[in-house]
Amino acid sequence: MLTLADLRIGEHGEITGFTDEILSLKLLEMGCLPGTEVILTHHAPFGDPIALKVSGYTLTMRREEAATIQIKRK
Amino acid sequence: MANVTRIALIGNPNAGKSSLFNTLTGMNQKTGNFPGVTMDKLTGIWELEPGRNIEILDLPGIYSIYPKSIDEELVINILGNPKHPDYPDMAIVVADASNLKRNLLLFSQVRDLGIPTVLALNMIDVAENQGFVINSLKLARELNVEVAEINAKKGIGVGGLKLAVIKTLKHRYASNDALPLPVADELIDDVQKQFGEADPYRSLLWLMEHDRMKMFDQPQRESFDHLMEKHHFESKKYKSAETVKRYEQISEVVERCVINLNRQWDAEPVKTWTDRLDKVFIHSFWGYVIFLAILFVMFQAVFTWATYPMDLIDGGVAQLNDWLKGILPDSPLTGLLTDGLIAGVGGVLIFVPQIAFLFFFISMLEETGYMSRVMFIMDKMMRRFGLNGKSVVPLISGIACAVPAIMSTRSIGSWKDRLITILVTPLMSCSARLPIYTVLIALVVPEKNTLFGVFNLQGVALFGLYLLGFFMALLSAWVLKKILRAKERSYFIMELPTYKGPRFKHVAISIYNSVRAFIFEAGKIIVAISIVLWVFASYGPGDSMAKIEEQVRLKNPTLTGVDLSNKIASEKLENSYAGHFGKLIEPAIKPLGYDWKIGIALITSFAAREVFVGTMSTIYSLGGEVDNENATIKNRMRAEINPDTGKPMYDAALGFSLLIFYAFAMQCMSTLATTYRETKSWKYPLIQFGYMTTLAYLAAFLVYQILS
Repeated sequence: MLTLADLRIGEHGEITGFTDEILSLKLLEMGCLPGTEVILTHHAPFGDPIALKVSGYTLTMRREEAATIQIKRK
Repeated sequence: MANVTRIALIGNPNAGKSSLFNTLTGMNQKTGNFPGVTMDKLTGIWELEPGRNIEILDLPGIYSIYPKSIDEELVINILGNPKHPDYPDMAIVVADASNLKRNLLLFSQVRDLGIPTVLALNMIDVAENQGFVINSLKLARELNVEVAEINAKKGIGVGGLKLAVIKTLKHRYASNDALPLPVADELIDDVQKQFGEADPYRSLLWLMEHDRMKMFDQPQRESFDHLMEKHHFESKKYKSAETVKRYEQISEVVERCVINLNRQWDAEPVKTWTDRLDKVFIHSFWGYVIFLAILFVMFQAVFTWATYPMDLIDGGVAQLNDWLKGILPDSPLTGLLTDGLIAGVGGVLIFVPQIAFLFFFISMLEETGYMSRVMFIMDKMMRRFGLNGKSVVPLISGIACAVPAIMSTRSIGSWKDRLITILVTPLMSCSARLPIYTVLIALVVPEKNTLFGVFNLQGVALFGLYLLGFFMALLSAWVLKKILRAKERSYFIMELPTYKGPRFKHVAISIYNSVRAFIFEAGKIIVAISIVLWVFASYGPGDSMAKIEEQVRLKNPTLTGVDLSNKIASEKLENSYAGHFGKLIEPAIKPLGYDWKIGIALITSFAAREVFVGTMSTIYSLGGEVDNENATIKNRMRAEINPDTGKPMYDAALGFSLLIFYAFAMQCMSTLATTYRETKSWKYPLIQFGYMTTLAYLAAFLVYQILS
């Protein structure tokens, strides 16, 4: 299963679901809804955390958190 | 105050809530606002209509009413509880128009709680630059709410906001009674039967968040748990489904009220300034270089620029004292006024320039949005040490004062990360240590020398002390990480706000508030201790003090004039109560190179370390060597001679040993009290006190033994 952690800088994806119930509420509230398009824009030094564009703003999260967001490529 | 109308400001972080608060209330704020810590509620007064003042309550920024961290809990504790003393008559939800959907999520939740609400649309210009045109009239109709377009930063649209507020207060628009998602009717009935009538959504909030709400006691919490079990209600599932449902409804509304001009050429998003700046500021190499450079400039500035006003204050206080001593009769009361009170007040005032500079820098970093970048680039490294990217803010704020810094840890979601951050934050050199550093560095590091011909060596030494505190904080965090057990896992999901020009009014208000809080809070302690100290240093057990003058004259028949009175004064100090205390602990501190005079300062500064310089000035102005020409504390200490060696007392070994001791020791009652308040246990302040003081003693011992 492809997750947000697999994206490389500049790649697009569309959120399809979540694998972690506790994190999913926080992510939903932040605008990461199923069907939303995301673009990976930055890595912090050493590749973690990552920054992505979602719903018109920049959101950061750790790689392990990104791995709980399932996506499909666009 | 019972009849005062109260309005709560609610909004996402970075939506412009604090800007609006400052615009509406100006300097009429009751609580201090430290940079980066709208951790607590702030209140201020807003003149709604001529002669009608209302209270504005600024609450921490949240993304939804379901809290994820302790700072967010405050909001539901106030909004969810109509009996709360701060429960508002209505709410203004400040929404970032360039991020409308996410901001409307919170709006819809607040309104469903049954609180009359006005929607203040902020940053419309930003939205328009991105190609989104909002029809706010239509939005008002669709949402059935008063909408005001504002520009919180420039203070535009306050008139319209007033009208919307007045109208809403008059009509008190109620929410729609429907829940976002249906639940079993009996569930809401059961909650209302047991806990009283409320809007259905509020009842549901009680049910789902009862553990975080202070209005319920343990038996009540248990009966909530029984209700959830009885009706097979799963709050996590409900919250997720509710959020998705709300977003669906909001998307439909936004679809109808916002025109997207970008649609035709949707392919590539516009490159904004934020994107360009982030290429450098969060670059894997340049990001760190820039961060370090900013810190370095900050310290260099604090050390060099602040010295001019500081010297003026120092010299002014000394002159005032001399002048008063000249015109007032020589009596104990004059001594209390000059050497006790004024010396103490001077010891407080002298910090003001440096504190103002520090808060200026910290608040600029916050204002521009750079601080979030620092969290982003530091998270990975901080995680290795048991901390969190968000720990960077407490650690940097700790440079100013550990008290607001420890409060700012409330935004850290995981308990273990937060606890470790609280425990190590006081190792960061706070502004109360600055004057100690300043005085001691001036004594042991040559002023004229420079590093590579550019950097003032004293500035470099100061920077080194701050770095030392930082690395010791990391090291301690790493040790604590190995010892402490985690209750839940840590996470780091955070918005990176766009870069903004600093709002200088905002910066000015936060400097003003911090300096004011420092003068009045810390000042009280310092002045009180100065007076107590003066009493203990001026009086001794029995009639020993009275006999000293006679004895000195007998022993030193050749001394006259100034020399004689100096000799008498220092003998008196040695035989005073303070002198006896100092002598009592001298054996314990001798290995660190300290004598009984420094011992007195150590004892007094365990309540608050900023007392050190004040104590030193009291001790040395009482202890003689008073040269009226140049009677600043620095010169007095420089003139001190070590009675054992005959060389200057404050040599490198003693100076650095003292510096290290003050860098690591836990000498601040306010910090310990804050740690107790934030951890709700005496265990942690005791651990903090114990490990830091042990660390200080051992490190100072090593430094003194190696250097001497």
